[in-house]
Amino acid sequence: MRPLFRVLSTTACLFLGGAAVAGAGQVAAPVAAPVAVKPPANEDCLACHGDADAKRANGTSIALDAVAFAASKHATRACVDCHADLKTLTEFPHPDTLKKVSCASCHNAVGATYHDSIHARAREKSGLKVAPACADCHGSHDIRGKTDPKSRVSHAQVPATCGACHDGIKQRYDIGVHAAALKKGDSRAPVCSDCHTAHAIQRTDTDASRLAKTAECGSCHASVAEAFTRTFHGKVTQLGSARAAACSDCHGAHDILPASNAASTIAPANLQTTCGKCHQGANASFVQYDTHPNPRDYSRSATLWWANRFYWVLIPGCFGFFGLHSLLWFWRSRKDARARKDGTR
Amino acid sequence: MTGAVHISRFDRPTRLLHIVIMTTFLGLSATGLPLLFSDAPWSRVLAALFGGFHGAGLVHRFFGATLLLAVVWHVTNILWRAFVLGERGLLWGPTSMVPQWRDAVQLVQQITWFVGAGPRPRFEHFAYWEKFDYWAVLWGSGLMGAAGLVLWFPMAAARVLPGWMFNVALFVHGAEATLAIGFIFVIHFFNGHLRPGKFPMDLVIFTGSVSEHELREEREAEYARLHETGALAAMTVPAPSAAVSKRGYLIGTAGLTLGIVLVAFILYAVLR
Repeated sequence: MRPLFRVLSTTACLFLGGAAVAGAGQVAAPVAAPVAVKPPANEDCLACHGDADAKRANGTSIALDAVAFAASKHATRACVDCHADLKTLTEFPHPDTLKKVSCASCHNAVGATYHDSIHARAREKSGLKVAPACADCHGSHDIRGKTDPKSRVSHAQVPATCGACHDGIKQRYDIGVHAAALKKGDSRAPVCSDCHTAHAIQRTDTDASRLAKTAECGSCHASVAEAFTRTFHGKVTQLGSARAAACSDCHGAHDILPASNAASTIAPANLQTTCGKCHQGANASFVQYDTHPNPRDYSRSATLWWANRFYWVLIPGCFGFFGLHSLLWFWRSRKDARARKDGTR
Repeated sequence: MTGAVHISRFDRPTRLLHIVIMTTFLGLSATGLPLLFSDAPWSRVLAALFGGFHGAGLVHRFFGATLLLAVVWHVTNILWRAFVLGERGLLWGPTSMVPQWRDAVQLVQQITWFVGAGPRPRFEHFAYWEKFDYWAVLWGSGLMGAAGLVLWFPMAAARVLPGWMFNVALFVHGAEATLAIGFIFVIHFFNGHLRPGKFPMDLVIFTGSVSEHELREEREAEYARLHETGALAAMTVPAPSAAVSKRGYLIGTAGLTLGIVLVAFILYAVLR
């Protein structure tokens, strides 16, 4: 196929017209100021890359799916907007190795967020080549917006996209209630990025991550999270101690199951094991503790309901009675003192 | 009234008990409030003063255990004196802490006096609001102590109690704390120290004695009884020295200030 490639590239060069005027030695030399050359248009690129059979010298394909690109979010962009080093290139075929595309040159805020993420650190600092950069999740020429159902980062597609690498986690996620809701088409069902975020993704075994759980799960399970903040676990967490149980310590994270499922960490038969992870020796009586109590719900605990009622009468009663008592005392003492003062005058 | 005749009111163990209760109560409040109002902006700051939540928890348990021991000592002491030594006056009579019919009568009389419809009641050794304070502290310490112990030793508690008792214990501990802190730092502070005639504080709990003049004014019935029975002379003590009074002012001011600051914290958390 080498001869064909030659032909194609020659054709492409012809499209460039006057651009070919530049001398042969100039390609390698650093360009001090951008020369006013007309950058190649998308059709120019597609002249070579639009051919499904086009290959590099080493036999790897250089073909681009022009139809997928036309349907992508970036369809209106010029090739050289991303492949910016081709803007000033005059010699075609261009070298095999181009500069890496920098998505952050346009998407700078997201780029900065990603730069601090666990994926970017793994890739950039540790040199872990399999850690994802933008295109690994978003695709490249076929990139689509997240509201587009066909996008790799659309709500329903996120588990599959992350699962391409995190396969073990994906399998566990598929067992849980959140995946079940997603499969039913529930748009509120959380996918990976709802809990982990997409670009700011961090380790989950840090204190900061543990402390954020209540708010994270609470963004959907608001009343449960609020009840949790009334418990010792919740209050300690609010005070910034990561030692107390957070949501995922009892419910699990990816394979969350309802208490009615025998495999669930919170199934009645498993509670002693689950609580026992921290509270060694938790017995059947111990696990009757209500982890999300509601003192206003009589059916949940009559004793707690009555205790709540009792103090709702006792506290205002005490403060009301003795508050008034104090005010009257103050008023009478001042009045008597003034009367005595007037009397002695 | 320096130099005037003073009458003994609180013996040394009683004064010490008040200091212990006062110190532990303030310590328990300062270390417990961050947890009770864990969503208030000051909760982490207050806990940080004790080395964070865990440090605050340790201090809280230390003060809790000390207060419980003090209360147990006091109750044992009272029961011993009443039933073994035969001090029946502790259980009934003019100097008893036990609520009696005249307390109800004097409450009505006091309110009648407040509104200007009658004379001030003639009080005995303990007035009704002082008895209320005493029993509130005793009942509160017992209840808070029991709930606190359940939460401190959950594994042992679960051997005898159902697990939902932890929910009740935490709720009661918090609700009773709200009541106790509010009552002591507002009502007791006013009745005992800040009201006109006592302001800025009543030193008797620190010095142990009250001037004869004040006793006659404040507790007419007690003064008359002591006068008639001739017991007054035996109870006469020298007026507290300037150093003793100063120490009392110092301790009292520290306690009052801390308490009022904590009440301000609570009001901020509740009203914000």
